[in-house]
Amino acid sequence: MSSEQQPTGNSRTGDEYPTDASPDSEVPNEATSISRRRLLSGAGAIGTAFIFGKSTELAAQTEQSSPILDPSSDTSKVLGTPGTELGQRSPHEKISRFLRPGRPWTSGTPHEDLMGTITPSDLHFERHHSGVPAIDPAKYALLIHGMVDRPSVFSLDNLKHFPSVTSVHFLECAGNYPSRPDENTRPSRVAPLLSNSEWTGVPLRILLEEVGVDPDASWLIAEGQDAVKMNRSIPIEKAWDDAMIAYGQNGEPLRPEQGYPARLFNPGWEGNTSIKWLRRIEVTKQPSMTREETVRYSEYTKGNKIRQFSFVMDARSLITSPGYPETIRPGFVQIQGIAWSGRGKISQVEISVDNRKTWQPAILQEPVLSKSCTRFHFPWQWDGEPAVIWSRAKDETGYRQPSLDEHKASRDGRRGYHTNFTVGWNVGADGEVAYYPQEDWKT
Amino acid sequence: MKSPAQLLPKAKIIVAGSGLLFAASFSLGQEAITGSTPEDRIVVTTDQDVAIGIHPGTIEDLHDYRSNPERRSATYNLGRAATEEEISAWDIGVSPDGQGLPAGSGDSKRGAALYALHCAACHGQEGEGIPPNGALVSDGNNGKTIGSYWPYPTTVFDYIRRAMPFGTPGSLSDQEVYSITAFLLYRNDLITEDTVIDANNLPGIKMPNADKFTPDDRESYNYVH
Repeated sequence: MSSEQQPTGNSRTGDEYPTDASPDSEVPNEATSISRRRLLSGAGAIGTAFIFGKSTELAAQTEQSSPILDPSSDTSKVLGTPGTELGQRSPHEKISRFLRPGRPWTSGTPHEDLMGTITPSDLHFERHHSGVPAIDPAKYALLIHGMVDRPSVFSLDNLKHFPSVTSVHFLECAGNYPSRPDENTRPSRVAPLLSNSEWTGVPLRILLEEVGVDPDASWLIAEGQDAVKMNRSIPIEKAWDDAMIAYGQNGEPLRPEQGYPARLFNPGWEGNTSIKWLRRIEVTKQPSMTREETVRYSEYTKGNKIRQFSFVMDARSLITSPGYPETIRPGFVQIQGIAWSGRGKISQVEISVDNRKTWQPAILQEPVLSKSCTRFHFPWQWDGEPAVIWSRAKDETGYRQPSLDEHKASRDGRRGYHTNFTVGWNVGADGEVAYYPQEDWKT
Repeated sequence: MKSPAQLLPKAKIIVAGSGLLFAASFSLGQEAITGSTPEDRIVVTTDQDVAIGIHPGTIEDLHDYRSNPERRSATYNLGRAATEEEISAWDIGVSPDGQGLPAGSGDSKRGAALYALHCAACHGQEGEGIPPNGALVSDGNNGKTIGSYWPYPTTVFDYIRRAMPFGTPGSLSDQEVYSITAFLLYRNDLITEDTVIDANNLPGIKMPNADKFTPDDRESYNYVH
């Protein structure tokens, strides 16, 4: 069968995001076009000052504006503000998730504004299908029933009295790639629906053992108490691996948009399986074949087949700097970003500064944790010539992040969920950095 | 090496459309070994444990749990017994075999009026979709519609009852959900206009795309697959 004859499961007319996103992308495009020139004018001036900073004339100007010599910027002669109940970011730091008009059920993590590996909880991406429910923790109940010896109800307090575990893991939506990136696409817009947190909760296995599971049971149907009663079928093996009922995130209770007061968390798996606002687990012999595991979160693969229960998130990397809309100057440039794999630990991140002719290993910042974001650094001496920089990740199973061509070949040219190919950043002779467009998708 | 049956004893009972769900990743993995792949590409393993992403060792504990009835007693004595009333209040799930479908029935004629009232504002008068809401009814080439993509008819009933109408979920009676389901199946040429659907015949309605669904076998490979 020729490709032209195949059904176009990814036709833009057939899904929730038909106007400007592929059906399997849950990532908003840029909402507004900010004037690149305006953004860059300030950065350019700073760069110029650095390069020629030693000239006598400019040194004199610098002296006049020196914070060291400016009494008004000396805070050491007045009392500071007292302690507060709730800390706030510096008023000088304007950092936020990004929204998109007309797309109320998602917000993205601003990766280029962050450092390290932990996503501050208030910047963790959001993806829900019908809004954030307001749940009173005193009225929270988790029902476990089905093929169990003792159908049971657990309160939030009950959950917190079971043995707990804490571990750091990323959470990534399966549809985490923009439908139509262009040169003005920022790093965060390439993978906005990814965040990394320290999660605390009770291992799901312990809860199942507590209610007594029928040895013939194979699946768990997890369901939330949001307005779509989001539900997914989970193989029971995941409970005996690392699934947990999480009630803590980064040292505090879950944020409402992350499933308060308790959620399922499946490390390394597509985000939709980690049911938020969890209210029910039914233990069964067979999957429920819910809308979210048939119509959504499935993808065309080779031979006109549709892959289902594609749980694991494959290895991926993202350069967070330099990227659009930065301007760099010749000399030392620290290339840095994050890499992650749902299969385990990141074993290597490679950087190319010559548009993929050669690759060199980046430095991995410890600790490198399983199914967690790893920060990488690469010291680059930029000679001022145009360049295209790339990153690619490899994990401990030997899996290497694919190129776009490899990715397309594995799916007969279609895109869809679980998009994880390598992306590049174009550096012009003027130091301006732009996304390197490479897509040519079958629609 | 363990057989799929040993590791996932219930894999075989998974319903039609994805029968032998995980066993299928076995044969696919072995296929790839004989294929002409670049030297740096290897099939990681055909071991079932890895194929579904489970660490060896933890799966052994599951086997132990399943074979030791004494492990099924409560350890922490937290929580309380759920009542039948509580379970039935929340247990709304519907399985592909029809388990969970309620009493009642519906047909497309009644469904047409209900669809116009409750659904058309977002999904279009003909189910053609109103952006950003996708089409529900197939016109031959318009994406993931019920007729062109959905593998199970029971999912239509379940999702309407679970989540629709958007913003007022739970406001339709089971009878009304059956009728809207019938209307959508009829408009996708999956049943006749006069067919009355209920818990008995809904699961058996054939979905044209069902046989395309295959299990995920990516973790049998260390490259994009």
